Amino acid sequence: MSHAYELVVSGVGAPRPRRTLEATSPRRGEKVVQASLAACAVLSVLVTTAIVVSLLTPTIGFFREVSIVEFLTSTTWAPAFARPSFGVWPIVVGTLMVVFFALIVAIPIGLACAVYLSEYASRRVRGVVKPVLEVLEGIPTVATGLFAFFFLTPLAKQILPFLPWQGPFSIGVAGVAVGLLIVPLVSSVSDDAMRSVPAGLREGAYALGANKLRVTTRVVFPAAISGVVAAVVLGTSRAIGETMVVLIAAGAGNPNLSFDPTKGIQTMTAYIGGRATGDIAMGTIVYDTIFAVGTLLFIMTLSMNMLAIRLVRRFREVYE
Amino acid sequence: MPSRQTTNETLSSTDRRVAALAPGPPVNIATGQAADPGAGEREVTFRLEGVSVRYGEALAVKDVTMDIHHKDITALIGPSGCGKSTLLRCLNRMNDLIPSARVSGRLWYHGEDVYGPKVDPVQVRKLIGMVFQKPNPFPKSIYDNVAFGPRTTGMKGDMDEIVERALRSAALWDEVKDRLKENAYGMSGGQQQRLCIARCIATEPDVILMDEPCSALDPISTARIEDLMHELKEQYTIVIVTHNMQQAARVSDRTAFFTAEVDEATDVRTGVLVEYDRTEKVFSNPGDERTENYVTGRFG
Ligand SMILES: Nc1ncnc2c1ncn2[C@@H]1O[C@H](COP(=O)(O)OP(=O)(O)O)[C@@H](O)[C@H]1O
Ligand SMILES: [Mg+2]
Repeated sequence: MSHAYELVVSGVGAPRPRRTLEATSPRRGEKVVQASLAACAVLSVLVTTAIVVSLLTPTIGFFREVSIVEFLTSTTWAPAFARPSFGVWPIVVGTLMVVFFALIVAIPIGLACAVYLSEYASRRVRGVVKPVLEVLEGIPTVATGLFAFFFLTPLAKQILPFLPWQGPFSIGVAGVAVGLLIVPLVSSVSDDAMRSVPAGLREGAYALGANKLRVTTRVVFPAAISGVVAAVVLGTSRAIGETMVVLIAAGAGNPNLSFDPTKGIQTMTAYIGGRATGDIAMGTIVYDTIFAVGTLLFIMTLSMNMLAIRLVRRFREVYE
Repeated sequence: MPSRQTTNETLSSTDRRVAALAPGPPVNIATGQAADPGAGEREVTFRLEGVSVRYGEALAVKDVTMDIHHKDITALIGPSGCGKSTLLRCLNRMNDLIPSARVSGRLWYHGEDVYGPKVDPVQVRKLIGMVFQKPNPFPKSIYDNVAFGPRTTGMKGDMDEIVERALRSAALWDEVKDRLKENAYGMSGGQQQRLCIARCIATEPDVILMDEPCSALDPISTARIEDLMHELKEQYTIVIVTHNMQQAARVSDRTAFFTAEVDEATDVRTGVLVEYDRTEKVFSNPGDERTENYVTGRFG
């Protein structure tokens, strides 16, 4: 694309083209590239809009049938029963329990990994561990779900036999599995945040006679805190949206509100994932319910992601 | 502030006391002359004997022998890349943080081997503080910046007093006394650098190392820091790297001039000590042609 420019400056002996300020070629390629890039941008905006509209239309239909008050206050979730009840709380609690157990696992393990990788690991160890973590991030969630169902749940029953286990499903174990699933995400984003703390800050602390633990906990970690929080928020929104693991390991549960981690409790995603099969009739209330739950889920993850974006942005400004 | 009884400090984390070895002045083997003619006048804080530093295979500093004296300001000057920072960072073992760096030769601090097997680098850095080229305050409040070192070393006493005393010593108290809780990043570059000096002073070190502390600052801030150095000299031994010859001439008692020898085969630049003497001597009557060319600006 710099062809015209080169013609003018090159070649002492070559016949010199007339100097002009006008474009020497129409530069069609550039315009084509520009147009196709713009088309891609427009397309992604259109697709997002289409998703939102396709979510919202049945959701509006749903709230014509069911009052938003019942949806948000009732504690029984039985939309397909003969006498249906549409209180969304039981499955919201299921989702929140998954998030809770996931974070209990992912925050300590993920942050410990990040601190180790960024501050303690030698370059060689880091060169091995970091790619392994990235591979773990790509494990199909259905595999994690099976791992939870066939391995983690029996293991938990053996380790904690005094708990009132019932049946093969457990929301607590599902949450732990989701936590393991998001460890790579949390640790890799936190690791990046900690590594982008300027070396000068570390040196400044070492020069004051601080040891490594103190440099890490009192200087590097606080300086990276908004990045670390952003990592946790991203992990949270991933846990909220996780479907396959909870569908396999937490199953479909009691329609009544429950906080027992040893029980199988349905989450919002598991409800949608379990219902949205080919045999569901369009326009029925059950069909609309899926979309109402989907909209609520969308609002939850959207607000988490917006929070994360704000934190990341703040984090960028810290050292200016 | 009670003055520090330097000879009672030890670099080991254990409470081992080492008698000052106090060897005679080192002699330049090539010329047979004392490497530092002024040696013996004052207590020696650092004695370097054939100190070399490598980064991996590359020799960055070769065979430096010199004495650094108690409560002197010693300036290290020379063209960039001649190993001034590298040598400075040997003195408080900051080079330990660079995996490829290797130090050889002997380096004594009040008679104690800085690289001895029982020496704890963390302890070294408590006694030998450092101010860096780019001001590097922590993204914390002004107060917390100054209190960081004393908290780290578990210093006894009223923290407010410690912080105030350090800020006063760094000639910063009047400017910041009303905003101690504000983030240090709201300060000007010159203030930030004085905060870094205050932060360093707060741990009551014996020596302050400064690596081009004014190179990122405007002339007014530079002048303030130079004034400050004159005051700090009463209490501390200061070693300053500067590429500003006027600054070396203005502030220092002794000047060491380094130059880089380039190995044609490998293109590695190796720093060597050319001349080390009283600052007036180095600037008015240098003993080496390379020094003369450099200090008169004819370096090329
Ligand atoms: N961390 C490092 N790793 C490898 N080489 C380095 C490192 N720091 C400095 N050097 C090299 O050591 C030499 C001396 O550098 P430095 O001590 O910074 O010189 P000065 O402070 O006099 O400008 C230079 O050639 C530089 O490239
Ligand atoms: Mg330097």
